[in-house]
Amino acid sequence: MPLATIPFGPQHPVLPEPIHLKLTVEDEVIREAVPALGYVHRGLEKLAEIRDFHQMIQIVERVCGICSMMHAMCYAQCIEELMAIEVPPRARYLRTVWAELHRIHSHLLWLGLFADAFGFESLFMQLWKIREKIMDLQEATAGNRVIVSVNVIGGLRRDLSPDQQQMIARSLAEVEEELKRLESTLLEDYTVQKRTRGKGVVSAAKALELGCVGPTLRGSGVAQDMRMLGYAAYNDLAFEPVVEQDGDCYCRSKVRYREVYQSIDLIRQALARMPEGEISTKVKGRPEGEGIGRVEQPRGEVLYYIRSGGGKYLDRVRIRTPTFANVPVLVAMLPGMYLSDVPVIVLSIDPCISCTER
Amino acid sequence: MSMNGEVIAIGLDQVVGACAQKKAEGYRFVTMTCTAQDPDTVDILYHFDKDYELEHLRLTVSRHAPLPSISDVYFAAFLVENELQDLFGLRFRGLALDYNQTLYLDQEVAMAPFCKYTVEPGNPNTA
Repeated sequence: MPLATIPFGPQHPVLPEPIHLKLTVEDEVIREAVPALGYVHRGLEKLAEIRDFHQMIQIVERVCGICSMMHAMCYAQCIEELMAIEVPPRARYLRTVWAELHRIHSHLLWLGLFADAFGFESLFMQLWKIREKIMDLQEATAGNRVIVSVNVIGGLRRDLSPDQQQMIARSLAEVEEELKRLESTLLEDYTVQKRTRGKGVVSAAKALELGCVGPTLRGSGVAQDMRMLGYAAYNDLAFEPVVEQDGDCYCRSKVRYREVYQSIDLIRQALARMPEGEISTKVKGRPEGEGIGRVEQPRGEVLYYIRSGGGKYLDRVRIRTPTFANVPVLVAMLPGMYLSDVPVIVLSIDPCISCTER
Repeated sequence: MSMNGEVIAIGLDQVVGACAQKKAEGYRFVTMTCTAQDPDTVDILYHFDKDYELEHLRLTVSRHAPLPSISDVYFAAFLVENELQDLFGLRFRGLALDYNQTLYLDQEVAMAPFCKYTVEPGNPNTA
């Protein structure tokens, strides 16, 4: 059978953001996949040259609309470590609460899109309906549904009142109950399993070799989660990385589904142990030196490298986002798969191209 | 501030060997970071992780020097090496997948965004 080349993307019904894959196929089977990027490169790292280190918070929040809070948190933590700033304990707990709310809404968004990718429209709508409760919480607590701009260097600009904490607890109970009702549909339904089990399989060794991160890595049986580093309040909270063993699309979706429950549990723990006190520390001086910060975003590890000569502007801000790390493994997943499985496999890494290109 | 791990300075001829050593020791390739030191020199950091511990290799090198690609050792490096070719005008030899400075940038772009010098794609004397 002669080989043919088929373009997948950058515009495709299952792609929320533009990535192009040049697929070489033999009959219906993928033989090679070559990715192409560059459709939404914005040069955000370059802005560090003309925005001071406080203003950069607003820039890094816009690297990604889905995990904006975690970009700001990672950046702020990196600067705080550079400047030896001790963040108040309450701020560390509040950061954890907002970060986990972000993880829940990101995973629910993805689970919905994933259902849409294999044609389960009603599941897609149900999951996004549940997600709305989290979006409402973010708006009620931070004033915005998506760009939750709560972080500053040295802590936070917003607190959570006791009423708001109770509102979060009530909403999370509803979200948990509704998710449990949907669980068997996503994880046990025959059709869903036919479309996701055994598709895009990556072994643990291969995933590590290709630099894979996040649920994509944990779905292959590797218990690696940057929250185990103990930043924010994670050191005080009880949790273990969620791991599944088979390394296929089904396991990657199951990891994310279970992580929603885990995030609900982490928020409950954080609210129960929330210390009283200040939410920010006064910042004096300017950062000097170089440092690295890492945070576990919904899609996996994000890395910030910051270098500063002690001036108002940083010399370098480098951001390695999780999708950037997962593109090589995507290229490795596709050969041998059917063309009809490509949308499901591409979505299974939860690609965020806006993040990837910055 | 720490880099959350040891930083080891290496020379140009040690890059591939040092990265192969990291792979043999079970390190995951995290990424590479490039910073322009001055118009002629760049600082490249290779970041690796093992059991939540980072290690870094630091290569300070002339931006004119052709750099050895480590994509044969760590395939995942092909993407970041292409990014560095675009943004800093560097040139990597032996890239597993070479976009020729068009990963992010259009072909007609002749200026590496992070450096104040002109790059002519495909011309080894300027890249």
